[in-house]
Amino acid sequence: MNSMQSLAEQRGIATFGGYAKYAPYLADPVAKRRRKLADTLEEAVRRSGLESGMTISFHHAFREGDKTINQVVDLLAKMGLKNLTLASSSLLTCNAPLIEHIKSGVISRIYTSGMRGKLADAVSHGLMDEPVQIHSHGGRVHLMDAGELKVDVAFLAASAADEFGNANGTGGRSRCGSLGYAMVDAARAKYVIVLTEELVAYPNTPASIRQDQVDCVVKVDQIGDPSKISVGAARITSNPRELLIARYAADVLEHSGYFKEGFSIQTGSGAAATAVTRFLEGRMRKADIHASFALGGITGSIVDLHKKGLIRTILDTQSFDASAAESLRTDPAGHIEISTDYYANQSSKAAAVDEMDMVILSALEIDVGFNVNVITGSDGVMRGASGGHSDTAAGANLAVVVAPLIRGRIPTVCEKVTTVVTPGTCVGVLVTDHGIAVNPNRPEIAERLKAAGLPVLSIEELHARAIAITGTPSPIAFTDRVVGMVRFRDGSLIDTIRQVVD
Amino acid sequence: MKVVREALAGTLESNDLLVRVSPGRGEGYELVISSEVKHQFGPQIEATAKEVLARLAVSGGTVVIEDKGALDCTIRARLEAAAMRACAVEAADIDWSKLK
Repeated sequence: MNSMQSLAEQRGIATFGGYAKYAPYLADPVAKRRRKLADTLEEAVRRSGLESGMTISFHHAFREGDKTINQVVDLLAKMGLKNLTLASSSLLTCNAPLIEHIKSGVISRIYTSGMRGKLADAVSHGLMDEPVQIHSHGGRVHLMDAGELKVDVAFLAASAADEFGNANGTGGRSRCGSLGYAMVDAARAKYVIVLTEELVAYPNTPASIRQDQVDCVVKVDQIGDPSKISVGAARITSNPRELLIARYAADVLEHSGYFKEGFSIQTGSGAAATAVTRFLEGRMRKADIHASFALGGITGSIVDLHKKGLIRTILDTQSFDASAAESLRTDPAGHIEISTDYYANQSSKAAAVDEMDMVILSALEIDVGFNVNVITGSDGVMRGASGGHSDTAAGANLAVVVAPLIRGRIPTVCEKVTTVVTPGTCVGVLVTDHGIAVNPNRPEIAERLKAAGLPVLSIEELHARAIAITGTPSPIAFTDRVVGMVRFRDGSLIDTIRQVVD
Repeated sequence: MKVVREALAGTLESNDLLVRVSPGRGEGYELVISSEVKHQFGPQIEATAKEVLARLAVSGGTVVIEDKGALDCTIRARLEAAAMRACAVEAADIDWSKLK
């Protein structure tokens, strides 16, 4: 024994002290299984060791139906925490209550993909001392892996979880579908709390967030309302302008040179994008062409093509409606949940966007250099999100931006975008209701589209047409104060957002 | 053309505007404009409105415009309709040559 003890000491190894010495809960049959459960959210926060000045994270899969972010930050404020960095994968109109917590010093810094509503308005008018960091979905993971964004405590909402923290968005009542954003935080945060509406029997499968990643599990009354994830995004638009744009976009996809057996695509949400998917169906059937995969945010219209055998695999990082969430639940072989690291992170060992042929993207503004703004409105106030825009545009073989030439009286095609989110070099084609413009860096695409008889104009011509209809808009007045920093997916600063003049 | 009664034209739909003309005191008119796109197009909307009201020689009224991003052609049409209704112009008496 003495020789073993001295050998252990010599090597800095402990000698055996009983099977439960370092895991005393193993000796207690109840604690062994229940040790990760906290009775209340407050207890979970206490266990996490969260202190003022630390970084907290959330996912936004419930979009406008989220009930977790506000609930947790309210509690942290009551617990007296201050000076926190809030790193939600995105923020939406429903997060307006955060304004008070910013004013009172609970939240001092924000990392997010975007902002809308009153919160965005207040930030654009100078609410925060520190500029908000706007990142893409892939860029968020990059910032974490590069060491800039270090999450101390992740608060991850999941509709169903077991007592060890195996969690997903496909069980229980409030099913948001894919937990693509949360998977990233679960793998990287120092402390992971799963908030769930339903505690289910062990083992909860499939586990999007796994027990070996989770520190604590707490049952709460409500994490989110899935009916507010998408209000009618899967509907078929009857707006003739949107249908015209969608038809042109489908024409562009068909004649781009990438419309071949096994092609891959991302269409996103929104009326025009959903309509593109519908138009695509007929063309795929006619040419007897099937897609290998559809990527990114998934809607019911993509699920529909998958069910009809026209899309082999769906890689889902965010389920945009109930039918996408239901498909993820019921079709584990064909509808696959992927993290945003797998989806779009440039510094990941592989990002799916690099395998993609074509992506349909939207724009608040696009300028004559094809630079795209999806974050600030024509009044300079934040009202959108970077999302996967720059990730997919940079990764895909062809990025197609769809937008009406004019919205209200505001020309979408402008001389210089208010804020650059995606650089023009990554955008191949712009489709508007007044015609199609091809980036001069893609002459082969222009040739193919012209050969197909599509109305191809220069982007300068589209711009001139817009201005002829609306008149020339006055420039927006900004102060010199920076309220937002737009980070490209590689972490670099691509543009700044300045405070608007009242 | 004197304003003798209250009249409306237009809607509050996107790309349209609602014009309300009501009788006021004295000569000339009072013009109040609110617009969703005033930061970008405020001066243009005002110039268009003044041009129409001057052309029709509207007087003795208040003109309130609630603009939802209408184009100039829409602004002209709605203003002309509201002004002529407020001035009780009969269809038979409309001087079509004065309308653009």
